[in-house]
Amino acid sequence: MRYSVFSVLSQALKGNTGWKPVWREPEPKAEYDVVIVGGGGHGLSTAYYLAKNHGITNVAVVERGYIGSGNIGRNTTIIRSNYGEHGNIPFYEWSLKLWEGLEQDINYNAMVSQRGVLNLYHSDAQRDAAARRGNTMRMHGVDAELLDVAGVRKLVPNLNFDNARFPVYGGLFQPRGGTVRHDAVAWGYARAADSRGVDILQHCEVTGIRVENGHALGVETAKGFIKAKKIGLACAGRSSQVAAMAGLRLPIESHVLQAFVSEGVKPLIDTVITFGAGHFYISQSDKGGLVFGGNIDGYNSYAQRGNLPVIEEVMEEAVAMFPSIGRLRVLRHWGGLMDMSMDGSPIIDKTPIDNLYLNCGWCIGGFKATPASGWCFAHLIAQDAPHEVASAMRLDRFATGRLINESGTGAQPNLH
Amino acid sequence: MRISCPHCGERDHGEFAYYGDATKRRPDGASDVETFFEYVYPRDNPAGSHRELWYHVGGCRAWIVVNRDTRTHEIFSVEVARKRGEPSQGAGAGAP
Repeated sequence: MRYSVFSVLSQALKGNTGWKPVWREPEPKAEYDVVIVGGGGHGLSTAYYLAKNHGITNVAVVERGYIGSGNIGRNTTIIRSNYGEHGNIPFYEWSLKLWEGLEQDINYNAMVSQRGVLNLYHSDAQRDAAARRGNTMRMHGVDAELLDVAGVRKLVPNLNFDNARFPVYGGLFQPRGGTVRHDAVAWGYARAADSRGVDILQHCEVTGIRVENGHALGVETAKGFIKAKKIGLACAGRSSQVAAMAGLRLPIESHVLQAFVSEGVKPLIDTVITFGAGHFYISQSDKGGLVFGGNIDGYNSYAQRGNLPVIEEVMEEAVAMFPSIGRLRVLRHWGGLMDMSMDGSPIIDKTPIDNLYLNCGWCIGGFKATPASGWCFAHLIAQDAPHEVASAMRLDRFATGRLINESGTGAQPNLH
Repeated sequence: MRISCPHCGERDHGEFAYYGDATKRRPDGASDVETFFEYVYPRDNPAGSHRELWYHVGGCRAWIVVNRDTRTHEIFSVEVARKRGEPSQGAGAGAP
């Protein structure tokens, strides 16, 4: 069913009794042209763009849990393209452009809200770095505005401007950045891919990858062997384990990142704001809850829960920026697996095994990349060549030295 | 998560800095590029028992090797890195 004003109105008159499930629950076929391992945002968008851009519709997305059960349903929902490295900027800008047209493209309300992303700076040196980043962005055709303190006051009057330790000097603002309803991204891509013939196989864990003479032949799953002409891995925090099934070792460590939602309050913060003197980002959801987070905990973890020192740090940063929220209560918080790469940038590339393709290393920033990641991974799988805007995201860059070192912290994943 | 430092006793993990996989050993400086690549980049990244280096920066400043379950954060053992002849970066505060 195509969604429109008329479909919503007619359902309202019928008491909303006519809505059908928005994707099928098929049994696996014996063979597919492409099997995508991982039904998160990146896997679903890859399947959708394989069908839409390349006409490859005999595709399965194989998911261990259910659609929306991983990080695509648990993140701080921020989209932006304020990067500073040449290998990153065109990719993330393409992703932002895809977000801008996503809802019309997939006929699904993802609540894309370009409410702006503001990165605060707190010293002269940070202002110079912000100006440099803003100029780099503008040279790549990305929007950026350097605001002085008066400009920030106009935008966010309730910040703690005169903090004795970290006074606000100004901010770098990207007006086209913002937030997206994360669950709707998963559901919308799943529905759009399904409607083009993609099979979404939930509760179908991959237990092995069959490789003979350097060729990938298919995947062993909880529902039996599925033959595949090509296999794409989009497994986020579980990438190391799934790649190991094909004998690969990755430049990845899995870490835990925590995030938080406060109780709902009246409109208080109408943009996305990041703290320049720590690592902290905050926005307000349409339900009124403040959605915020900070650094990863900093140690290898698959536990999907973190520890108290990071929670304390995040709360301190929140109150340093907005003393007025000090008495708000945290409604819930969670921890998710991050596939931290060794230079802080992602990998979209072929592997040394024929017909096996890799998409991983998104660190703490995978959500905003969901459309372009799928777009470029689908291109790689269909054309057997990297897409122009993802051509630097190679697996062999760690051996050749062509790193995309956005944060400049070296091969130390807990510092990205 | 609390870590039992061999010198200081059980302390909150916030007192410690994390360095990562303790099975990696810095190759001899004359080693070829492939050997250094193997040291710096690929990781086993296991879900389960993981031997890892921590530095007790908020305490005795010893480098320690912790064997920890990455699925549950349960700690199986803690040893002083130097005693076990762990990698040279475990030998001083200036490391790595």
